[in-house]
Amino acid sequence: MTTTETPAPPDGQAGTAPLEVRKTPTRKRLVPYWLLLPGILWLIVFFAAPLVYQASTSIQTGSLEEGFKVTWHFATYWDALGEYWPQFVRSVGYAATATALCLLLGYPLAYLIAFKAGRWRNIVMILVIAPFFTSFLIRTLAWKTILADGGPVVGLLNSLHVLDVTSWLGLTEGQRVLATPLAVVCGLTYNFLPFMVLPLYTSLERIDPRLHEAAGDLYARPSTTFRRVTFPLSMPGVVAGTLLTFIPAAGDYINAELLGSTDQKMIGNVIQSQFLRVLDYPTAAALSFILMAAILAMVTIYIRKSGTEDLV
Amino acid sequence: MAVHGTTQATAVRTPNRGLRWLRRNVVAIAGLCTLGYLILPNIVVMVFSFNKPNGRFNYQWQRFSTDAWRDPCGVADLCGSLGLSLQLALWATVGATVLGTMIAFALARYRFRARSGVNTLIFLPMAMPEVVMAASLATLFLNMGIQFGFWTILIAHIMFCLSFVVTAVKARVMSMDPRLEQAAQDLYASPVQTFLRVTLPIAAPGIASGALLSFALSFDDFIITNFNAGSTVTFPMFVWGSAQRGTPVQINVIGTAMFLVAVVCVVVGQLAGARKRSKRS
Repeated sequence: MTTTETPAPPDGQAGTAPLEVRKTPTRKRLVPYWLLLPGILWLIVFFAAPLVYQASTSIQTGSLEEGFKVTWHFATYWDALGEYWPQFVRSVGYAATATALCLLLGYPLAYLIAFKAGRWRNIVMILVIAPFFTSFLIRTLAWKTILADGGPVVGLLNSLHVLDVTSWLGLTEGQRVLATPLAVVCGLTYNFLPFMVLPLYTSLERIDPRLHEAAGDLYARPSTTFRRVTFPLSMPGVVAGTLLTFIPAAGDYINAELLGSTDQKMIGNVIQSQFLRVLDYPTAAALSFILMAAILAMVTIYIRKSGTEDLV
Repeated sequence: MAVHGTTQATAVRTPNRGLRWLRRNVVAIAGLCTLGYLILPNIVVMVFSFNKPNGRFNYQWQRFSTDAWRDPCGVADLCGSLGLSLQLALWATVGATVLGTMIAFALARYRFRARSGVNTLIFLPMAMPEVVMAASLATLFLNMGIQFGFWTILIAHIMFCLSFVVTAVKARVMSMDPRLEQAAQDLYASPVQTFLRVTLPIAAPGIASGALLSFALSFDDFIITNFNAGSTVTFPMFVWGSAQRGTPVQINVIGTAMFLVAVVCVVVGQLAGARKRSKRS
């Protein structure tokens, strides 16, 4: 989780040592603190303090009329978890599926840009980033049109009997895609795909193409080259991409709201409605704390397992 | 690089030419399919900006019309919310870029205690689900009795853009050769001169990309704004509301226009960059 302690400049021996040999008066030694002060203060007051504040809110009881008081009422956590665990499970499931799909779809695209696009590279890159510039809510709404009942996509899936399979898997219902889990996962995958492609591209681009040639010279088949050379070297991108996709996807409530029905509510939807509609602040606070803790735990385990701790 | 592998495979099995072509290009085809998946909604948005819908929702094609393009502000509050979002994005960019650049310089140029603590504090907002940040900040404002509106949105936007600016600028400053600054000092440049004439120009691309990222993030943010806006309506919130009340075609017009303006800007920037590079060499 923590960032690297001493980020050495790329050309190691030309580090900052010569700068430090020159005498630094006290006034100068305070310079970094003055530089940090306004920004860090901003983050402490508007990011860290609110989290602490929310922790105290989650153990309060009361109502909007009488006001809320800290009563160390930890039962809110159990009640919230007891009532909303299906939404938690669903959020993790949808986010994990969307992340896997992003990796599956994003890898060939990143590979294409890094190794095969040649002089088209800039144009493909623009095409990857350009969709970003249309408000993502407008683009998500466009999926309503694309996946509409009786539309071409549903028709095609139906004639290929894909919908029979997905319905059997519980991903769709009958002849429709909208308002089913498939639509929500499709929206999530779409929305976070660029966050997978860009880190993958960055790490693939760093791979020396001569390594591929060397693997070929040693009679490795393309698939072996990929499995033994390319993929392991792109691991930092895979880890960064999966994190950048999974974390926001698990907390998202836009796709579930716009493309799903009440049966596809994710934990973000619950937090949003508890906070903005029901005005039950302790429950909203407890839910977002559970979400945060769950994600932090999963991310920590994942980073440990993938063995790239120096990544972030 | 795939040549060796394919020749070997053909020697073994000799599949027909079409199959061979497919095998060699399977990655490119898959990549292009993904690209299509990414761009498809933009095309739909563009096409449906020329629709004349029946009723309040613009989800089904009825017939061609350029009405919405001739009157993009014809819907109540749409252009007002757009103006507000632009204004917010501008100020959030200024705030986040100034504060973030300062932090980035402190982290990249100095060794001090609390470095790792600062690094963690910068990293966490990027690794936190937006709902969590949004709800906790709103809880704070609520309990402080602060009126939700322009200022609370601006505070929130600067908060979540800050980390991205720091990351972008820090990467750039750390990859720069410290000997350049030493050389400037050896040539009797004052610290201020060194900073303005050497350090800042080298860091500029990082600062620019941080600023652009902030602008895009702030302009497009919905989740954090939704919690901290009160009754103020930004453009994403207008779009969100319209998904419930009825989507005017003008939304597609604005979306298409944003897309086209951005693509033109990027292409012009690329061409200018290419020309600069060819001039230099």
